Amino acid sequence: MRKLALSDEILLTVEKPARYIGNEVNMVKKDLSNIDIRFCMCFPDVYEIGMSHLGIQILYDMFNRREDTYCERVYSPWTDLDKIMREQNIPLFALESQDPIKEFDFLGITLQYEMCYTNILQVLELSQIPIMTEDRTWDHPIVIGGGPCAYNPEPLAPFFDIFYIGEGETVYDQLLDVYKESRKNGESRTEFLQKAANIEGLYVPIFYDVTYNEDGTIKEFKPNRDDVPAVIKKQVEMHLSETTYPDKPLVPFIKVTQDRVVLEIQRGCIRGCRFCQAGMLYRPNRERRVDFLKDLAYKMLKNTGHEEISLSSLSSSDYSDLQELIYFLIDEFRSKGVNISLPSLRIDAFALDVMSKVQDVKKSSLTFAPEAGSQRLRNVIKKGLTEEQILTGARDAFLGGWNKVKLYFMLGLPTETEEDIEGIATLSDKIAREYYDAIPKENRKGRVAITASTSFFVPKPFTPFQWTRMATSEEFLDKQRFLNGKMKEQLNYRSIKYNWHEAELTLLEGVYARGDRKTAKVLYDAYKKGCLYDSWSEYFKYDVWMETFAENGIDPYFYTSRERSYDEVLPWDFIDAGVTKKYLMNEYEMAKSDQCTPNCREKCTGCGATKFGGGVCYESKA
Amino acid sequence: MKARLKFNKAGSMKFIGHLDIMRYFQKAFRRAGIDVAYSQGYSPHQLISFAAPLGVGLTSDGEYLDMQLNSTLPADEMLRLINEQLNEEIQVTSIKALSDESKNAMSIVAGADYKVSVKDGYYVCDDFTAKFAEFLANDNITIVKKTKKSEKEMDIKPFIYHHAFTLAEFNQEVGRNYEISVADEYENGAFVYMQLSTGSVDNLKPELVMDAFCQSIGVEYNKFAYQVHRMELYANDVTKEELEQGKRNLVPLEELGHELI
Ligand code: SF4
Repeated sequence: MRKLALSDEILLTVEKPARYIGNEVNMVKKDLSNIDIRFCMCFPDVYEIGMSHLGIQILYDMFNRREDTYCERVYSPWTDLDKIMREQNIPLFALESQDPIKEFDFLGITLQYEMCYTNILQVLELSQIPIMTEDRTWDHPIVIGGGPCAYNPEPLAPFFDIFYIGEGETVYDQLLDVYKESRKNGESRTEFLQKAANIEGLYVPIFYDVTYNEDGTIKEFKPNRDDVPAVIKKQVEMHLSETTYPDKPLVPFIKVTQDRVVLEIQRGCIRGCRFCQAGMLYRPNRERRVDFLKDLAYKMLKNTGHEEISLSSLSSSDYSDLQELIYFLIDEFRSKGVNISLPSLRIDAFALDVMSKVQDVKKSSLTFAPEAGSQRLRNVIKKGLTEEQILTGARDAFLGGWNKVKLYFMLGLPTETEEDIEGIATLSDKIAREYYDAIPKENRKGRVAITASTSFFVPKPFTPFQWTRMATSEEFLDKQRFLNGKMKEQLNYRSIKYNWHEAELTLLEGVYARGDRKTAKVLYDAYKKGCLYDSWSEYFKYDVWMETFAENGIDPYFYTSRERSYDEVLPWDFIDAGVTKKYLMNEYEMAKSDQCTPNCREKCTGCGATKFGGGVCYESKA
Repeated sequence: MKARLKFNKAGSMKFIGHLDIMRYFQKAFRRAGIDVAYSQGYSPHQLISFAAPLGVGLTSDGEYLDMQLNSTLPADEMLRLINEQLNEEIQVTSIKALSDESKNAMSIVAGADYKVSVKDGYYVCDDFTAKFAEFLANDNITIVKKTKKSEKEMDIKPFIYHHAFTLAEFNQEVGRNYEISVADEYENGAFVYMQLSTGSVDNLKPELVMDAFCQSIGVEYNKFAYQVHRMELYANDVTKEELEQGKRNLVPLEELGHELI
């Protein structure tokens, strides 16, 4: 029988013990005596969220295809178990073998959002691995970080041995081979790290130093030895239909956020919305072949028994063979009781047709993400969605029997005025009018229900807005209040529901999105004072964070509420993400003059991503 | 047509709650290609239901699941297909066909056999067997049952149908032939077999009996100290009149079904 790391008594005391026992369907089991490399993959958030992440499933599958490697998993223990593990000095363990992570060769941590940074320190500490890279020896795993937040690794630099910049498919094999070689030859940990640093896409922070100007900005960032590269190049996988993809993904016992088969149809995005980091980081846009996807859908449903399948991509409507793919899924699987969960689609005849086929019209709602309330501001952020498109889409849907609409907006976008904010309220109202206009009284099935939600804009590295100032919490709250007032002034205000986010968390996200190495110390101190699970508002300790910033003499607003000049050295400037600084500057300038630029299919704007040699940039030329 | 599955639950699967086990089976049936019938509507679900839900932390050799099938395969074929999709800690041991008018398992449960063991590393008392036998020799065993609104006294003695301290003795008591089991074995050897009233009417949980036992010997009840293992679930197979006369004829749920052909 499998021996578990935790006793019955502990497992029966904590909430959801299934988070810690492993043994899920399709879990990979390997004989440790044939294994050279033990890799533990970590998503530093609670199990239900971590298990829903596609990237981990891809890497888990990819690593385990190597015969010499056993990849296992770990997620952040929930606060109840955290307490017990500290009290009883239980080392954090991997789900598969239930062995302590400190005995592994690698601990890979995916960095998906800034608000899980303290959870990373929790994982290290509970694993009994020194938190600082400088304190680690060959007795400890190599701690490696990857994922979107690795594009500004600096706030985490002291805690990681290596950062992986780019898509996991490309250089991991090389890294593992180098590791095996190094261990076999009895090289030192530093020698190994030096070799790793010379693999394209890998950043080893201890080999780089930062100096600062008096005003707190960066003076210089450069290698402290001459045998490592000065610039780290993003890695992208250009052959998405030839790469490995998990056709037997893990199936959890308990309900997780994405409890379904997830099919990644493409990477990147042709749209280039100026606020969207993913749209820039994952350039160029690359599609997977539709026959590849059909085959995968079939296998994954068969191998998991899931009752639902969804498509993953940044802008699904742009996928060339979307109609073919969705109609295939409906025809093939709908009769077998499989739900097709639709990605957010541009509302047109096709979307309405498939929605009516796979959803209960009475219950489901339409979704629009205009992001900004006025056309001017939508031009600024380059969101190619016009008011006319929204209103026509809504009208067609109302005629088709829908009466619920969800709208997503951001507050605090660059150049935003009161007029733009008011636009959110008036657009909501216009949609309501469209309903009463389109549907004669006797045919209405109740009132139209419009839900408008706003989140706060956080500028991210490698976007045209990376230089921009972010609003303060007070400004955000004022905007929110102003909008709430405007909502109430609308004729159809009773049909409109306004949802908003908390402002305080946003400040922290803003700091860590564009933070430098100095902010790492604050992170460490805040964690030591009990900050954990910051993205869960019930655990978020704003006051403790503010106090810790003050103690460290660091002004959070220096990182958020400051317009940066083009010649300032940004903490992430040493990373070559494909998109050039010149392109981003140009886009920012266009934004400031309320102008759009074409999307990649309309016309290439020369962002720099062509150098990866494929995808949408080459489509028209092929 | 209707079918009834009997399965066991052991090892780490004891930490998976009843609703999650249901979802686990639904997915396993889909992977195995079992032709389960679905409900109608926009989000169809498989027509399956469980007998008496087993609490988290308990193991079992006698769990039941009823399902509606569109078409069937030979029982051993179906057994193989399903078990291939389940892990080693949860395995189906029999599949029986049910007549269309048979009641679902949930509504007919009337009794259950349990083995309750003291786990390693826990101590309850010296001479566990003797003390427990003494405890059950009382004419009545009164406990205080707390509900949200009130506290009421209740005699649980009538709901403890049988007990024994060896398997042979228990087999004789309940007229069964238990052999192998997925139950954990504990080194201290302190355990008891019991047949208890179960179901919607008089549901006596073994945990409650252990609590009462501890009270009777003046020891604090520690809910972590015992491994409760369910061995079988019974229906009361009597006519309406017999039931009114308080007659009892406990039959394992699987025996209400017939061979699947
Ligand atoms: S190089 Fe041109 S087509 Fe390619 S991603 Fe950049 S803008 Fe789009």
